[in-house]
Amino acid sequence: MSNSTLEGGAAASTSAATPASTTVMSMQQALNRALDEVLAENPRTLIFGEDCGRLGGVFRITDGLQAKHGAQRVFDTPLAESGILGMSVGLAMAGFHPIPEVQFDGFAYPAVNQIVCQMARMNYRSRGTMPMPITLRVPSFGGIRAPEHHGESLEALFAHVPGLKVVSPSNPHEAYHLLKYAATRPDPVIFMEPKSRYWQKDDVDLAHCDANDDGASPTGAKVQREGRHLTLVAWGAMVARCLQVAGLAAEDGIDIEVLDLRWLKPIDAEALAASVRKTRRAVVVHEAPLTSGLGAEVAQLITQSCFDTLKAPVERVTGFDVPYPSGDLEDEYIPNIDRILFGIQRVLEYKRG
Amino acid sequence: MDTLPAASGEAAEPLTPAQLRELYSLMVAVRHLDTSAIAWQRQGIIPGYAPELGQEAAQVGSGYAVDTTRDFVFPTYREMGVARTMGVDMVAYMSTHKATWHGGLYDPLESRLAPIQAVVAGSVLHAVGWAHGQTLSAAAGTTAPPGVALTYFGDGASSQGDVHEALNFAAVLKAPVVFFVQNNGWAISVPTERQVAGGSVAARAAGYGVPALQIDGDDVVAVVEATRRAFAHARAGNGPVLIEAMTYRRGPHSTSDDPGRYRSLDEERDAAGADPLERFRQRLLADGIADDAFFAEALAAAKAEEEQIRAGIQALGPRPGTEMFDLVFQETTPALQAQAANWREESEHV
Repeated sequence: MSNSTLEGGAAASTSAATPASTTVMSMQQALNRALDEVLAENPRTLIFGEDCGRLGGVFRITDGLQAKHGAQRVFDTPLAESGILGMSVGLAMAGFHPIPEVQFDGFAYPAVNQIVCQMARMNYRSRGTMPMPITLRVPSFGGIRAPEHHGESLEALFAHVPGLKVVSPSNPHEAYHLLKYAATRPDPVIFMEPKSRYWQKDDVDLAHCDANDDGASPTGAKVQREGRHLTLVAWGAMVARCLQVAGLAAEDGIDIEVLDLRWLKPIDAEALAASVRKTRRAVVVHEAPLTSGLGAEVAQLITQSCFDTLKAPVERVTGFDVPYPSGDLEDEYIPNIDRILFGIQRVLEYKRG
Repeated sequence: MDTLPAASGEAAEPLTPAQLRELYSLMVAVRHLDTSAIAWQRQGIIPGYAPELGQEAAQVGSGYAVDTTRDFVFPTYREMGVARTMGVDMVAYMSTHKATWHGGLYDPLESRLAPIQAVVAGSVLHAVGWAHGQTLSAAAGTTAPPGVALTYFGDGASSQGDVHEALNFAAVLKAPVVFFVQNNGWAISVPTERQVAGGSVAARAAGYGVPALQIDGDDVVAVVEATRRAFAHARAGNGPVLIEAMTYRRGPHSTSDDPGRYRSLDEERDAAGADPLERFRQRLLADGIADDAFFAEALAAAKAEEEQIRAGIQALGPRPGTEMFDLVFQETTPALQAQAANWREESEHV
C-alpha cells in the first residue's frame, strides 16, 4: 500500500466538539483565504512572483486575489528569483510588506544572495531603522512526482541564517493561522508550504488557532496527538505521516505523541522538553537529507533538556544525503511508514551499556 | 552616447555661478577627506578604506541632483562623495571604515541614503523595489510628487546577474530608477576591457529599451546635467535611465590593495587623464566664476571639516555588544536572548 493512499484522511482531529467557526478546507483554500484577509486588512501588503497574478499561481494559492485586490497589489514579475527577492527588500525599505512567492523550493537557490545577504541582514545593517517585514512563501518538500529542483527541503539552510525565521504548516488549519500570523510580523519569515498537502481537506477553525487558547498567537510547537511512550517530532507533510504511524502503533499498544514543530526557527525548545520529559523517547522525522539537517538541532535540544531521563538516543528518520531523486524513487527517499516504525522500534528496544 | 530625450524645464536650466562654486567646494571637501582617510588608515585611526580618488566629479555631480525630500539613494561602499554631497553626517558615514558598524551609523531614512552596501551590485534591485513602491504609492494617491531611486554600481558590478535582473524589472515596471554606473576602469585588478564585453555598460541599456547616456564622468557640470535630465525623465513616469560616467580610479581599490602588481605608474598617468578637480578649477578661473581666494577658502574649509570628522571618528568607541543581539530582529527569539545572556555572563559584561 502506498503512503499517499494511506495519508488520505489520516490526520486525526483531537477536538471533541466542532466550534461554529469551523469549516472544511484544503490547505490551498486556507492559504488563499489567509492571503485574501491579509490583503484586506493591511493596505501595505503586496503579493507578487512568477504567475501569481492573472493565473493565480501554479498551485492556485493566489487564485482570484488579483481580480479582487487589483493588479497593483497582486502582480506578476519577470521570471527571476533574485529580482523578486531584491525587489522585496527595496519595497520593504519603502514601507511595504511584501509577500513574494518563489514558485518552487529549488527556485529559491538563485535568490539566496538576496535572501541571505540582504533580506536577512537589512534590519541589522540599518540598526533597526529598516525592518524587513517580508513573508516569503515557498512551496516546499517532495511527494508530487515533480521535475528536478521541485522537491527540496531547505529549512536547515534558512534556519542557519541569522535574521530569518522559518515556519511550516502541517494542515489547512495551521496553514491559515500561521500564514496570517507570519504575514503580520515585522521580520522576514520563510513560509514553507508542504505542496503534497495542498489538496488535502480538513477542519479549519477560523476563529481559534489553538484549542483553549483564544486570541493567542500561533507561536511555538503544537501537540497534534498526545501520547505517553514516545514523541515523534515533525513538520510540514511529515506530520500527517507521523499521525498515521501513531495510529498504526496504537494498534500494538504503543502510545505515541506527535509534536508538530511548526516554527523551525525559532524552535520551541520548551515544547520539545515538555513532551520528551513525559515520553522519555524521541524520533525526529524530516524529508531533508540527514547530515546537518534540522533533526540534528532538534536532537541536541532534546538531549540538552532531557539527557538525564532519556531512555535512548534521539533517533532521526530522514531523507538521505543524495540529490532529491526522480519521482519513481521518491517514495524510497521520503521517510515512509515502515522506516518511521523501524526508527521507533530502535528507540523502544534500546538498551544501555 | 545619449539616447535620453532632451531636457526641458528645471532640468535644462544652466547651473548658476553660486551652484558651480558650491560644487567645487564639495569636490574639495570630498577630495581632502578621501586622501585624509588613507592617512588615517596609515596612522592606525581606521583599519581600512576604499578611496574614490578621481571620482569626485562623478560622485558630487550625481549626488547634487538628488532631492533629499523625496528621492532615495542606494550606494556601494565607495560613495563617500555622494554621501557628503547629500549632507549625510560624515562621522556616522565614515564609522563604517572605523569598523564600528557595517552599514554606517547614520539614519538611512532620515538621510535618504541606504546603508552602505558591501555586496557588489547588491543594492541595485533594492532601488527597483523602492522605486516601484513610489509608483504604487503615487497610484494610491499617498505620495506626491513621486521620488526617484538613484542606484550606484561600477563596471565590475555590471557583470553581476542582479544588474540584468534590475534593469529588466525596472524597464518592465517602468520604475523611476536612475542607474548610475561609475566606470572607473578597474574592478580591483581587472581592467574594463577584461570585464565588460562590448566595452560599454551604457550600450546594454538599449536591449531593455532604457534610455542611456555615456558621459565624461570627470566633468562635474556634465554629470550634474545628465543626472538632472535622468531624474526628470524618471520622475515624469517615463521609467528608468542608465548613466555611465567614464572616470578613473586613481588610487588603489582599497587600503589593502597594491596597484603596482597590475598597472604601472606610467599607465596610470596616461589612462587617468586630467584630474577632475584641477579641471574644474581651471574652468571656474577661466570663466571668472571663482578666484584664488575662493579656492584657498574652500581648501581651508575642507581642512577644518576633515579635522572635525577625524576627531569624531577618533572619539567613536565600539558599539555596546548587546547590539549584536538586539538588532538582528524586530521581535527577538528565546534562543537569541539565551545567547545574549550567556555572552553577558561569560564575557564579563554583566
